[in-house]
Amino acid sequence: MFMWIIKRDLLLAMRRQSDVLTTLFFFIIVVSLFPLSVGPEMNMLRTMAPGVVWVAALLASMLSLGRMFSNDYVDGTLEQMLLSPQSLSLLVLGKAFAHWLVTGVPLVLMAPVLGIQYDLPTDALLVLTAALLLGTPVLSLIGAIGAALTLGLRGGGVLVSLLVLPLYIPVLIFGAGAVEANMAGVAFDAHLSLIGAFLLVSIVFAPWAAASSLRVSLE
Amino acid sequence: MLQGINLACVRGDRELFKDINFSLEAGSLLQVRGPNGSGKTSLLRMLCGLSNPAAGEILWRGTSIQSLNGDYFAAVTYIGHLSGTKDDLTVIENLRISSALAGSEISISQASDALKHMGLRGREALPVKVLSQGQRRRVALARLLVCSTTLWILDEPLVALDVMAVKLIQKLLEQHLQRGGVIVMTTHQEIEVTATSITQLHLA
Repeated sequence: MFMWIIKRDLLLAMRRQSDVLTTLFFFIIVVSLFPLSVGPEMNMLRTMAPGVVWVAALLASMLSLGRMFSNDYVDGTLEQMLLSPQSLSLLVLGKAFAHWLVTGVPLVLMAPVLGIQYDLPTDALLVLTAALLLGTPVLSLIGAIGAALTLGLRGGGVLVSLLVLPLYIPVLIFGAGAVEANMAGVAFDAHLSLIGAFLLVSIVFAPWAAASSLRVSLE
Repeated sequence: MLQGINLACVRGDRELFKDINFSLEAGSLLQVRGPNGSGKTSLLRMLCGLSNPAAGEILWRGTSIQSLNGDYFAAVTYIGHLSGTKDDLTVIENLRISSALAGSEISISQASDALKHMGLRGREALPVKVLSQGQRRRVALARLLVCSTTLWILDEPLVALDVMAVKLIQKLLEQHLQRGGVIVMTTHQEIEVTATSITQLHLA
C-alpha cells in the first residue's frame, strides 16, 4: 500500500505538471534574482549563497504544502484513506515521500547549477547538495504536520507558514552552516550529522503526528 | 453484528439526535430516513468510525469499534457524498487505486470486469473529469463489486443514477444481503430490495 500511495501521488503530479513546475521555477527565480540585484561582488555573493539557497528551498517547499492533503480532502479520497485498514501513519509517510520526490528532489538537482551564479567552489557545491538532500525530506515531513493541522481551514496557507516555519529553522541553520563551515575550511560533518538526526526523528514522529491531526481535522 | 447503543450527535450547540438504538444481524439492511439536516450523514460517518459519537457506543460483533480500529476498517466499505475519485486519474486507475488503499489489490482484468458490469465499458481509459455525474457515481459504486467487506455504509448511493443503474445497485444490495452482509444506507427514494430484515430508522 505504501507503494500504491506513492505511485498514485506521482501519477497525479505527472497529470498536473504545472503545480510541480511552479515550485521549481519559484526556487530558480528567487535564487537567481539575488546575484542580479546585489551586484557582481564575488566575496559577498559567496558568503550569502548558502543562506539564500536554503531560504529559497524552504519557501519553495512551503509553497506546495497546501496541496498535500487539501485536494484529497475536497474530493473525498482522504476520507477513504482514513478508512483504510492499514496504518494511516504509513500512508502519510508515503504521501510525504511522494511530496519530496516531486518538490524536494528537483530543488536538490537544481541547486548546484544555481550555486555557480554565486561563484561557489566545487566542494562547497557538493556540500550544499548533500545538505539539501538530507534536509529537504525533513521539510516535507514537518510540512505534512502543518498541512494536516490546517486542513479545511480558511486562510490555512498563512497559518501553515506560522506553524511550520519555526520548526524549519533548525534545518535552515545547520543546512546553511554546513556550507559556510566548508568554505571556512573547518569540518562540516557535524552539521550534516545533525540534519541526518533531524531526518530520522521526523521520519519516526512526523507521520504519526500528521495522521493524528488528520483524524481530528476530518471529524 | 452491528449494534448502536444510545447514540447521540451534537453539532455546535445543536443536538442533532439522541438515544438512537439499533441492532443489525447478518443479512439485514438499515435504512436511515429523515429530512435534510437531520443528521443522516453524521450518523453514517459515526458508524464508519470517522467521527466519535457525543454519547453512546457502536459495537461490531460485540466489541466497540474504537478499540477495533484497523480490523473494523477492514470489514467496512463506505461510499459517501463525495465520490472519492480523482478527476485527473482514469476510471480504471481510480478503481484499482481505491481498492488497493482499501486493502484489497485487484488486477486490471478484475477492475475492467467490474466497470463493464457497471455499464462503463469503453470508458476505462477516460479521466474521471470528463464523465457525467451519474457516471462518476457508477465509478464510485464499482468498488462494491470488487470489495470483500461485510458492512456497507452507503450515503445516498442512488443519487444521480438512471433507472437501469438503480436496478443494478438494488440487485447488488440484495446479493450482498443474501451473502450475509450488512448494509446501512440513506436514501430519499423508495428502495425495492427483498431481504430477510429491513429496518427503518427515522431521524426527526
